[in-house]
Parts: sequence; C-alpha cells; structure tokens
Amino acid sequence: MIWAAIIGGALTCFAAKLAGLSVPARVLRDERVRRVAAMLPIALLCALVLTQTFSTKGTLVLDVRGLAVGAALVAILLRAPFLVVVALAAVVAAAARLALG
Amino acid sequence: MTFSQVRVGIGRWWSPVVRDGLGIGVATGTYGLSFGALSAAAGLSVAQTGALSLLMFTGASQFAFVGVLAAGGGPIAAVATATLLGSRNGLYGLQLSRTLGLRGWRRRLGAHLVIDESAVMAVRQADPDTARTAFWVTGLAVLVCWNTATLLGAVAARSLTDPAAFGLDVVGPAAFLALLVPRLRAQGQPRAWAAALLAGATALVATPFVPAGVPVLLAAVPAVALALAPSRPPRAGGSEVTVAGVAGAQVDGADVAGVDVAGAGVVRSECGR
Repeated sequence: MIWAAIIGGALTCFAAKLAGLSVPARVLRDERVRRVAAMLPIALLCALVLTQTFSTKGTLVLDVRGLAVGAALVAILLRAPFLVVVALAAVVAAAARLALG
Repeated sequence: MTFSQVRVGIGRWWSPVVRDGLGIGVATGTYGLSFGALSAAAGLSVAQTGALSLLMFTGASQFAFVGVLAAGGGPIAAVATATLLGSRNGLYGLQLSRTLGLRGWRRRLGAHLVIDESAVMAVRQADPDTARTAFWVTGLAVLVCWNTATLLGAVAARSLTDPAAFGLDVVGPAAFLALLVPRLRAQGQPRAWAAALLAGATALVATPFVPAGVPVLLAAVPAVALALAPSRPPRAGGSEVTVAGVAGAQVDGADVAGVDVAGAGVVRSECGR
C-alpha cells in the first residue's frame, strides 16, 4: 500500500513538473494561477507545522514538541543553517523528554 | 592541446555558475540527511525512503508525504498533500520552458529536475546559455547529493530503537517551519500572512473531526479562496509573483552562500540585510 502511494505520488509530482514545461506560456500570464501557486505552499507548510506540533492521533495536545519547534523558530529568525535548526529542535525535544521523565 | 587551451576549457567548465550549482547540491544534502532520518523514523523502509527521493524528488512534498503517514493518515491523503505541494514545480516549469527549449525525452528528463533550487538558479542568470547551465548543473548536483544523503540518513535512523527519544518526531515540523519562514519573508504581503494563519487555524480546528492528513488538505481551501479574491488596484510591483516569491528565494544580493532545501531554495545573500 505504501509502495502504491510512493509510485502514485511520484507520478503526480512528475506530472506537475512536466505540465509546466509543456503548457503554453500564456497560462503563466494569468495572475490567478501565479497567486494560487505562490499561496499553496505557504498555506500547506503552515498547516503541516501546526498539526504536527500540536496534535497526536486526531487530538489537539500541548507537549514538548511545542517547545522544540519554538526553539527552531528562534533559530530560523536568527538565520541559522537548516541542519542547525532541525538538530536544535531534536535536541530540545529529547532533552525535555529526558528531564520530564 | 596546449596548456592555455586546457586552462580556457577548465575555466569555461569551472565557472561561477557551475561552482554555485555544485555548492547548492552539497548544501541540499544536509536536508536529505534529515529527510532520510524522518522517513525511516516514520516507519518507511530504506528502500521506500530511497525510492521517494529518487522518484518523487521534490523535498517539501516528500517531507509532507512521510509526515502524513507518520501521523496515521492514509496513503491517499499523503499523495494528495504531496501533489498539492509539488504543484508549484509546474509554475517553475512554465517560467523555464522557453529558456530550456526541451523536446521529447530531454523534456521528460529535464522535468524531473525542475525543483526549487534548479529553478531559482536558472532564473537569476542574465543570459539563456548560463541559465541552461545553471539548471542542469544544479538539478543534477541536487539529485546526486539528495539521494545519497537520504540513504545515509535512513540507514542511520533505522538503527535507532526509539526515534521519539531522540527528538526525531520534531524534525518534520522544524523542517517545514524552515521552509515556511523564508517564503513568508520573500512574499512580504499581508495576504500571504493571512493565508498562512487561516490555513493553520483551519487545519487545527479540523483535526479532531476528520481523519489524519485531511486537515492539511482542508487548509488549502481558504488559501486558494484568498489567492483568488479580487485585490485592490495593484501598487507598483506590489503583487508580482515570481519564482523568487514562490520559492522564498532572496536573490537581492551578491554571492550564493547556501541554499535552503529541496523545498525552499533560499539563496542567502552575503550583503547583510
């Protein structure tokens, strides 16, 4: 089932890339197309951050993940490199879990 | 062949655009490490993780795909989220198609390499020749580094017994946040902030009521509605959406110091902003 999803997702993502190289250029001139394409990643990323930080199996929860992602936000605002951001979040989460038992 | 001919040949090959493209490939590898680790921690096998990086090959979609599965979402929700996030690559393709001028199998090969990094690197070049070089070098460098790093990360994480104890469950949201913030900065529009907040609120409110993975899909609805809402008469340059805006690239300055992800393509400029 996971393999089918991997192949399916790979095909749809490839189709989006190929469509961009294949459709007439005038589509790009459509302001609405450009706005939606710019807005979608922002909306989805924000939704992913919040749901993966504040929910577990369909329940809203507040736990050490909020602390860890908050630390990541501070690092991002200080323009830390990606790996530092991600490692910091993991370390904060691990340390907080250790401290809280 | 004389020495000077060799030097000219190398000089042409080892141009700044080639150097930058390769540098971005290496920088992207660090994201590949975290993707591999996250995917393995989410329960995917090393082969499945490797297949995602090789076949899907668009970072944010891959992170989202394993994130939805890890949260207990179904495969359809995972594919739908990955597809929506990957749709922006279509926009890059639109902007690149004339410059690249690809037909037949070359177009299909080129299409696979249309990602944030290759698109950003190509559009910031002054002439079509350099733009084509930038596209191919960056795309291939990222392909190699991203896939190698993914496997390394997956194998390393597979050997851990309890991923949550090592904080690996926050790698996903931290990575998404690192992709989101530069995009919001690059857009710099109240509308983008509104879309982000509305989408986030929608997803959180929907979480207790719908299956895992679906809240993120629902979050796309208000964002699309907001994007399509009529705007006030545009100020000069106010509503321009470019590859830079979509990718969150900051291409306002000198040297390329590093690029964010297979997701965000932040080209950091050296001249402090």
